[in-house]
Amino acid sequence: MSGHFIIDGRTIPFRAGQTIMEAAADAGVYIPHLCHRPGYTPHGSCKLCTVDVDGRPASACTAKAQEGSIVENDTPALNDDRRALTEMLFVEGNHICPACEKTGDCQLQAVAYHLKLVSYRFDHFYPARGVDASHPDILLDRNRCILCDLCVRASRDVDGKNVFEIGHRGIRSRVIVNAASGRLADTDIDVSDAAVRVCPVGAILIKRRAFAVPIGKRTYDLKSVAEVAIEEVRAQREDEGG
Amino acid sequence: MAERKLRVATTSLAGCFGCHMSLLDIDERLFDLVQVVEFDRSPLTDIKHCGPCDLGLIEGGVCNAENVHVLREFRENCRILVAVGACAITGGVPALRNNIDLWDCFREVYQYEAGTAKGVLPNDPELPLPFDKVRPIYEVVHVDYYLPGCPPSADVFWKFVTDLVAGREPTLDREMLRYD
Repeated sequence: MSGHFIIDGRTIPFRAGQTIMEAAADAGVYIPHLCHRPGYTPHGSCKLCTVDVDGRPASACTAKAQEGSIVENDTPALNDDRRALTEMLFVEGNHICPACEKTGDCQLQAVAYHLKLVSYRFDHFYPARGVDASHPDILLDRNRCILCDLCVRASRDVDGKNVFEIGHRGIRSRVIVNAASGRLADTDIDVSDAAVRVCPVGAILIKRRAFAVPIGKRTYDLKSVAEVAIEEVRAQREDEGG
Repeated sequence: MAERKLRVATTSLAGCFGCHMSLLDIDERLFDLVQVVEFDRSPLTDIKHCGPCDLGLIEGGVCNAENVHVLREFRENCRILVAVGACAITGGVPALRNNIDLWDCFREVYQYEAGTAKGVLPNDPELPLPFDKVRPIYEVVHVDYYLPGCPPSADVFWKFVTDLVAGREPTLDREMLRYD
């Protein structure tokens, strides 16, 4: 069923089966997100896209758009919740932006800028996490992983390789590599794989590309995360033929 | 211009003085700055202890016992305390050592590194006790404002200080908000 719903006071259309996230993006409305990516099966785990639907919280990336529903998205309360979630992602990992080659291209950083995150209400964990540098062309740095599951979905659904999985539980959760040795070098992953390019943070990097684009001229140095997200959706719609 | 000059103290804890260099990068605006501020304890004055101040700028995280003493002295004396730069706010680059055993760090630096004389570990009682983890300053004392960046740009310092002097709530524009 297609129809219309209201987001932040604005009436926007949706097509049958669309999620709130998809319909909003088509209408040029940005809903902050990290584990969602257009074209990928929703994961609904980062909770950054939580919106109020008729007064109840729901993940915009998994909740279907409903005729006549009233959705709150860009409100101070929801953005403060999003800031808290983003702070948690920072303090639970080892995100040292000045020492990370993904800086400026990192979605976690860009979302934090969008939410105006300058301080933390939580102490830093500095967890002990491993780096897998075994592959000649690809680096896996778990210190920067936010467990968005995008590499898992990309490798399974796009590349057809099943290289990654989220292993362990709770605070011990880690991206693990599907090889008897657990090493990236012992998989058939390739630099051209979607799984390598989909990582929103600096957890999966192509080696020897660090400063090909200088800091200051990178994706989110030039555009906001909202602009980039909306442009990506428009480009995808054009690829689909309108 | 303010009738009484704003008294400012600055220090670098586990930092590289890059934030201080960036403050100096306000260039000719330094002449305007000294019309409205005067410096207390700071690497710029070489005053050894902090007296009562309006503003304390802390660069760097907390990596040893001396850092804690200095930080507390600043907190006790400064009406407004500011975490300046990535290290003060998150631990930053020095926090890269947080998952390396401290003993292994020392041996790497003082015994294995080429050019270290006889591989002797410094052990003078005057040397501050190092911590096993580098911590951001807000985990030790209350912090009033944060200036992100590695370093925060000269414009960030200028915007913050001019807001404060003018009696405005200091805010950063989106393009001034950077973690790198």
